[in-house]
Amino acid sequence: MGRNNLIINLTDLSFSYSADKPVLDNLSFHLHRGDRIGLVGPNGSGKTTLFHIILGLLKPCSGTVELFGRQAKQEKDFREARKRIGLLFQDPDDQLFSPTVLEDVAFGPLNLGKSTGEAKDIALNTLARLNLYGFADRITYKLSGGEKRLVSLATVLAMDPEVLLLDEPTNGLDEETEERITDILRKLELSYIFISHNFDFLSKTTDRIYAMSKGKISPDEAMAPHSHVHIHKSGTIPHKHIS
Amino acid sequence: MIEEPFSTGNSIIHCLDPRVKIIVVTLFSVIVAVSSRFLSLLPALGISLFLVVMAKLPIKRVFYRLLLVNGLILFLWFVLPFTYNGQELFAIGPFIATKEGILLASQITIKSNAILLSMIALLSTTPIFSLGHAMGQLYFPDKITHLFLFTFRYIHVIYKEYRRLINAMKMRGFVPRTNIHTYKSYAYLVGMLLVRSYDRAERIHKAMRCRGFNKKYHSLTQFSFKMEDIFCLSLMLALISGLAVLQWVVTT
Repeated sequence: MGRNNLIINLTDLSFSYSADKPVLDNLSFHLHRGDRIGLVGPNGSGKTTLFHIILGLLKPCSGTVELFGRQAKQEKDFREARKRIGLLFQDPDDQLFSPTVLEDVAFGPLNLGKSTGEAKDIALNTLARLNLYGFADRITYKLSGGEKRLVSLATVLAMDPEVLLLDEPTNGLDEETEERITDILRKLELSYIFISHNFDFLSKTTDRIYAMSKGKISPDEAMAPHSHVHIHKSGTIPHKHIS
Repeated sequence: MIEEPFSTGNSIIHCLDPRVKIIVVTLFSVIVAVSSRFLSLLPALGISLFLVVMAKLPIKRVFYRLLLVNGLILFLWFVLPFTYNGQELFAIGPFIATKEGILLASQITIKSNAILLSMIALLSTTPIFSLGHAMGQLYFPDKITHLFLFTFRYIHVIYKEYRRLINAMKMRGFVPRTNIHTYKSYAYLVGMLLVRSYDRAERIHKAMRCRGFNKKYHSLTQFSFKMEDIFCLSLMLALISGLAVLQWVVTT
């Protein structure tokens, strides 16, 4: 793939919260336009940290972050990039802070300089896209866990990003809501990285799954989700396999 | 959970522009607080009672709210009349009640109730978030407005976190007693809440920055003055000026 299609280019990133235990250790990683990547790894392996470094919320100790072909160093550089890269936080309560759903979804567009009317339209359209009809005037802190997750996804999509970084989007959701989110995400024609422990979800939404461990992502160990066909007697009768 | 039982309704007062309400309450409270004559305080109490009636609030709940404040004022009545110097009115054993003391205690009672009633009638009939936006549009400093809105939004989250922690403690057999273990556990609980709130504040700020927040909070809410608003504002300003005249101009 050409260099023009390189959206995120991380080179030799190192980061640590305390001196004795590095979280990221000379990590390099690229995301090209159209890439749909899953990121797995044990708790505390630095996945969320990586997302926060990509968007300039944390400063790496060493290494470079290049976004859309430009090196990002200052807050100013990241501010531009944040308009094009949407990040969904692990906890929707961190993301939803406005009184009503409509105001929260319109928050991003308003920050992008849209007029009140435009922002309202964008917010309503985004909610409709996610089948969240009748949610506009709901109070954010009174939503259920699944609804909060869907609405916080709407707040990110309302900014019309080119890239999505989702941090455990299916965490704590019931099957139905998980399916709903999976469906929505599959239809998006965006480049994205999803952090998740849910292989089933990743296999439906991503093309490649990278494992993160000891502060590194090793592309050689990339896993490609695929399914196997198996054969046994009475296989034509609908059935389930346990374990 | 913090509820706003008075904020929903369809009385004239409920429909007023929140900006009008804030202006009126502020002026009214200031004038009443500095007044020192019954001649202006009694009409003030009358005005605030009138506002409560106009707001069609459930009288019982209003009464309960007043009870809270008047509980404190009751203590003033035990202390002030007997400690203030002046003309003796009556004596209970060694304690001498003075006329000036009693007058002062009554003034404070009337003042607090008048201000409180006006706030119940005007401020509690507005959803907190509308108040916040109105503050923003009245050019209150951004920081105060943000602080106000965020405090309200996240008190719910902190309260839930508190419930979670308390429940987790109970599940492990915690029963509050008068001992060091109890004090220590409560101290941990409060400390944990502080630390978690701080962390959460950081995460929220990050999430806002990711969505392009740049210290300026735009709002979808737009208020517009209606005829009623202009009428009520003029009426209230006239009444408040009347109170000021009764306090400072009229000679007795």
